[in-house]
Amino acid sequence: MYETNLLSVIIFAPLAGAAINWLIGRRVRNEQFIGSVACGAVGISTIVAFYLAFKSGGALRGDQPITIFDHLWTWIQVGKFRADFGLAMDRLSGVYVLFVTFVGFLIHVFAVGYMHEDKGFYRFFAFLNLFMFSMLTLVLADNFLLMFVGWEGVGLCSYLLIGYYTDRKEAGDAAKKAFIANRVGDWGFVMGIMLVFFLTGSISFFDKSGNALQTIGNMAADPFTWHALFAGGITSVAILLFIGATGKSAQIPLYVWLPDAMAGPTPVSALIHAATMVTAGVYMIVRCNAIFMHAPVAMFIVAIVGAVTALFAATIGIAQNDIKKVLAYSTISQLGYMFLACGIGAFVAAIFHVVTHAFFKALLFLGSGSVITGMHHEQDMRRMGGLKKYMPITFVTMLAGWLAICGILPFAGFFSKDEILWKTWSVKALGAGLVNMPAAFSKSLWVIGIITALLTAIYMTRLMVMTFWGTERFRESHAGAESANAHHDHAKHHAPEPSESSWLMTMPLIVLAVLSTIGGFIGVPYALGSLFSSRPVNYIERTLEPVVKSEPVEQSSPEVRWSSPPPQPIDGAPAAFFIEGAKPGEVIPSEEEIREERLLAVLSLLVALSGIGIGWLIFQNRPLLELPSILENKYYVDEIYDAAIINPIEAGSREGLWKFFDVEVIDGFLHGLGRTVTEAGGMIRYLQTGFVRSYAAIILLGALAIIGFFSYYGVRLLSR
Amino acid sequence: MGPQLSWYLALSAILFTIGAAGVIIKRNVISMFMCIELMLNAVNLTFVAFSSYFRDVSGQLFVFIVMTVAAAEAAVGLGIIIAIFRNRESLDVDDASVLKL
Repeated sequence: MYETNLLSVIIFAPLAGAAINWLIGRRVRNEQFIGSVACGAVGISTIVAFYLAFKSGGALRGDQPITIFDHLWTWIQVGKFRADFGLAMDRLSGVYVLFVTFVGFLIHVFAVGYMHEDKGFYRFFAFLNLFMFSMLTLVLADNFLLMFVGWEGVGLCSYLLIGYYTDRKEAGDAAKKAFIANRVGDWGFVMGIMLVFFLTGSISFFDKSGNALQTIGNMAADPFTWHALFAGGITSVAILLFIGATGKSAQIPLYVWLPDAMAGPTPVSALIHAATMVTAGVYMIVRCNAIFMHAPVAMFIVAIVGAVTALFAATIGIAQNDIKKVLAYSTISQLGYMFLACGIGAFVAAIFHVVTHAFFKALLFLGSGSVITGMHHEQDMRRMGGLKKYMPITFVTMLAGWLAICGILPFAGFFSKDEILWKTWSVKALGAGLVNMPAAFSKSLWVIGIITALLTAIYMTRLMVMTFWGTERFRESHAGAESANAHHDHAKHHAPEPSESSWLMTMPLIVLAVLSTIGGFIGVPYALGSLFSSRPVNYIERTLEPVVKSEPVEQSSPEVRWSSPPPQPIDGAPAAFFIEGAKPGEVIPSEEEIREERLLAVLSLLVALSGIGIGWLIFQNRPLLELPSILENKYYVDEIYDAAIINPIEAGSREGLWKFFDVEVIDGFLHGLGRTVTEAGGMIRYLQTGFVRSYAAIILLGALAIIGFFSYYGVRLLSR
Repeated sequence: MGPQLSWYLALSAILFTIGAAGVIIKRNVISMFMCIELMLNAVNLTFVAFSSYFRDVSGQLFVFIVMTVAAAEAAVGLGIIIAIFRNRESLDVDDASVLKL
């Protein structure tokens, strides 16, 4: 544990890049200058982050968890309340900072190619760098309030970048939708922070004397009852924080903004709406795992919401025709997996999936961006097909992303998704209080998870097939379009031919493809690793174990007991269950569990393969197959929200607030006041004749009246 | 028998009444102005009479203050009268019943 100012370089380099691009870049308007400033700024962050994480004594090195601090200044101090502008890099934020900076850097490089010849080039990169600053502040913050600053910052940058194409109305609408949906979630987050301060008297994560997380960790776990939700205790905190997470991480019911957010430029979709920002909710929950472990009801809700979101979004994703919309719903679905993992207490698995998802989803989005560029800004997959001949590098890299998200064995997605499914299958109790769960709970969640995995494989195969295989539909559709516009008779000569993108765009694709292929090996579970090595190491679990390990808790409520034998140690379960002498994270599961886990891994692999097979069989022959319109129309959720929430609010605002309250009450009051004064003045006006002598007479009469009054009473007084 | 206090007071009252009546009745601004001066001097007479009667000099001090104020008022008042005459070519106060020309 030591302090170094290098940590602030990580966040302030992108801020400086944003400032330079905003102030100087807008005058220079030189793409090379702007691009190198933006990429250089993020590059500096990346290098510093890797240095701080992996140098000797770095945050991710060694067995003892080391936290690197950088206390810049005390931001607010009022009474007991204290908020620092302080950064901290521990195991968790270390992992996050590494992939955020690295994937962010690759996406910046890609964006230089993608945004080529765009008139808002400087603006785009200024916002993108500002986003990196906010995201890194969110991740590195050492207290809730600074985290909230970053949280709002990424929301703002998301808004700015979704609405980047200011000449498109749908982009502006999508930006507003994202901002407003996030406000709903932020309300929960702010209330949660207040309640945390109310309960613990601190908002810090790392203060040595009584930080918020430790204090809650030392409290007794809430019982598993519904009214704990509203009791204002730990469960209320957890559920409020989770409301914040549903907004930022696009979970039911606040997910609706994410598909629309695809109106922004594709690198933005890759960076903000797939790899980094939308996983902020997962980060926050894992950071606050002590709170969630003590709130079993909240964990229960998180798990259910996550699982339902995963399945729900996957079914919608099958029927979308816009290549980016498919990926957007896929992102929501994968985020659902992460929340499912958080809900059952498998925080390490959640973070593992965040990391691999950042790799393969960024890859898929950038690949789709490359396809869109190659197709001259065509996003409808029905007008693609057969692109593998024209865009070989994009095709091969996207193959890796496809296999990774489907969960095929050596690719990254397999390990993380399988880890989540296995933990879901094997969960027996929730939270630090170890509230026992019936087997139906874990098994039904697992079934939802495996169905989602099947659907994922199907819709991703559909995307690949529609885009890269099959007939080349872009010609026909263009021919059709041109016969419709007969006056463009010369246009047939330059029917756009798809072409491979520049190396600036393919290089990041290749790097991400490599990471999507091998990235999963940082988290090989014991059951699979032991097949090949006598002492397999699950790096990610060993790294993150100290973060999610909570102190053993005395059982305070006698009605909550676990049956003997004690439940399977899940991540964050009391340390008493670890085998004596074993290093953290190296719990050796029993033979039976290993066999079960291997069986499930094979099963999920088979499910993924069959999903690919189904998708291939259906869509290879009939890529334009019409799917149920309820899926294509996203279960009419937008329409339902319009009818149930937006229209009533709009009508209420228009009829009630505007036409009644503003026009009638406020305006009526002010106008009435004005009218009364005018009328009163009109009447009183006649007193002022302007004749000086009458004024003098009035003054005289008044004086006489006063004198008369006093003399009358004076005489009476004297004569008494 | 020398002059009594009541004589002075009676004279003062007569002067004040003439002044007050003049202010109300007269239309000529200069006449009104002179009537106001008359009222002030009536008050001065009372002050001096009481001062002499009570053997107290402070009444005479008040007279000086009243005379100073009257002088200042005369200067300002005559200025206003000249301004009115320049604008309206009349000294009738009833012609000056509205502020705008």
